[in-house]
Amino acid sequence: MSAAVSISGRQWKRPPLFIHSRFWRIAIYGGALAYLVLAIGTLDINWTRVAEGLERSGRVLSGFFQPDFTSRSRDIWQGLVESLTMTLTATVVGVLISIPIGIGAARNVAPPIVYYVCRSIIAVSRAFQEIVVAILFVAMFGFGPFAGFLTLAFATIGFLSKLLAEDIEDIDEAQAEAIRATGASWLQLLNYGIQPQVMPRLIGLSVYRLDINFRESAVIGIVGAGGIGATLNTAMSRYDYDTAGAILVVIIALVMIAEYASSHIRKWVQ
Amino acid sequence: MPVSHANGTAIWQHRTTSRQWLGFAGWLGLVALFVYCWQVMNQGTIWAFVADAPRQAGDLLTRALPPRWSYLERLWLPLWDTINMATLGTLLGIVVAIPVAFLAARNTTPSTAFVRPMALLIIVASRSINSLIWALILVTILGPGLLAGILAIALRSIGFIGKLLYEAIEEIDETQVEAVRATGAGAVQVMDYGIVPQILPAFLGMSVFRWDINIRESTILGLVGAGGIGLQLQSSLNVLAWSQVSVIFALVLCTVVISEWVSAKVRHAII
Repeated sequence: MSAAVSISGRQWKRPPLFIHSRFWRIAIYGGALAYLVLAIGTLDINWTRVAEGLERSGRVLSGFFQPDFTSRSRDIWQGLVESLTMTLTATVVGVLISIPIGIGAARNVAPPIVYYVCRSIIAVSRAFQEIVVAILFVAMFGFGPFAGFLTLAFATIGFLSKLLAEDIEDIDEAQAEAIRATGASWLQLLNYGIQPQVMPRLIGLSVYRLDINFRESAVIGIVGAGGIGATLNTAMSRYDYDTAGAILVVIIALVMIAEYASSHIRKWVQ
Repeated sequence: MPVSHANGTAIWQHRTTSRQWLGFAGWLGLVALFVYCWQVMNQGTIWAFVADAPRQAGDLLTRALPPRWSYLERLWLPLWDTINMATLGTLLGIVVAIPVAFLAARNTTPSTAFVRPMALLIIVASRSINSLIWALILVTILGPGLLAGILAIALRSIGFIGKLLYEAIEEIDETQVEAVRATGAGAVQVMDYGIVPQILPAFLGMSVFRWDINIRESTILGLVGAGGIGLQLQSSLNVLAWSQVSVIFALVLCTVVISEWVSAKVRHAII
């Protein structure tokens, strides 16, 4: 099968994979090419600095490949404990706040006013990324894991309420209808008609968010919100690459364990 | 559903007694763990600062508002750099991720014993480190600048695209591959005509999605020195120029909203 095969005088040509209009295809590819040339042209990379750095990179990399867990084990341990406790408390508080907001943001159970209020809370929480929120919370509450806890809880609300609301909107209406037909109140409808349908997924999502929050807790420390990220940042600015390597190994190992555990728990719950 | 009998009448219960106790113990354990973690976490918390927070927030607001809009004209070049960092990083990530994904997929890998675990290891290592941490490492090696940012974005994108792509490759319809192979096509032709058309829409969708995430992430990479608008954010934060910080936040928010809109439109058009 070559690009053009002659069958009784006619030529077969492979149709383009996407963008069928010839004009748009040329325009889009040309535009992309022009952008690339322009972007690479304005990069302004200091190659002498890069060359200098590459010479020294051996020292940095050897630090990462020979991690030193012992000499600063107390700092690493403390950062890790901060990260883990921050993750758990933030997830629990975040989930508890997300449940009412998620219910309020579901079109089929909440009145329109509540719906719009809850949807805007979700939009605000999702618009800013964790680091930006962490900067603000550190400025307001001071350095340390408490600011990190607030950041992670805030981010959890946007994530979980949105998914919970979508889940409630997707439920099997027949079951809710059956409960409603018995003359159940709104709370009873939530408890017997909706909660059993969304509970497995809610637990799954919470576990998944626990996993994400741990990853994020390793990052927000860079702006002063406590946790293992702060330890890593300190180690890097001290040029203590052996310890930094050890911290990275710890982070990678824990993230892998968390991901493995979270996917197993989610399979088991659903 | 268990039914217990008392005085000749059947009483319906939601759960059996033992399951009820088990659930109760589980929730109690969670509460205990939460309280314990809360105490450990807040050992070093200075509650006076926390109580002071509303006043601090008010103070911050009065300093941040009104935003110093004249600062905006010094942000266009960093913004262009930021977008380039995200785009070039995504492209570089894609270029590396495609072969890794084909090596990791069970049905296209040359050997499941050695190559596949290696490819999966690359994907996992890339995914478990946030791009900000990649940037932190690369800035110490390569020095501050856009190159470190591009590579950080690329390194993080490899895992994301690699994972989604290899899952897409494993889920393809084998009969189409079989049909192409039956015509006597070579290995490359089987790939080109049997596999690529099946995964292309998913691949484009995930690339655009990752580009959108990368725009978000590249706006803050400057905090550790990797160039872009984050550098301006860092220097404004260092001098506590909150009226400039608010301008940067507004610009970042607009950029993110636009990139999200573009990404949603493109994905909608593809799928």
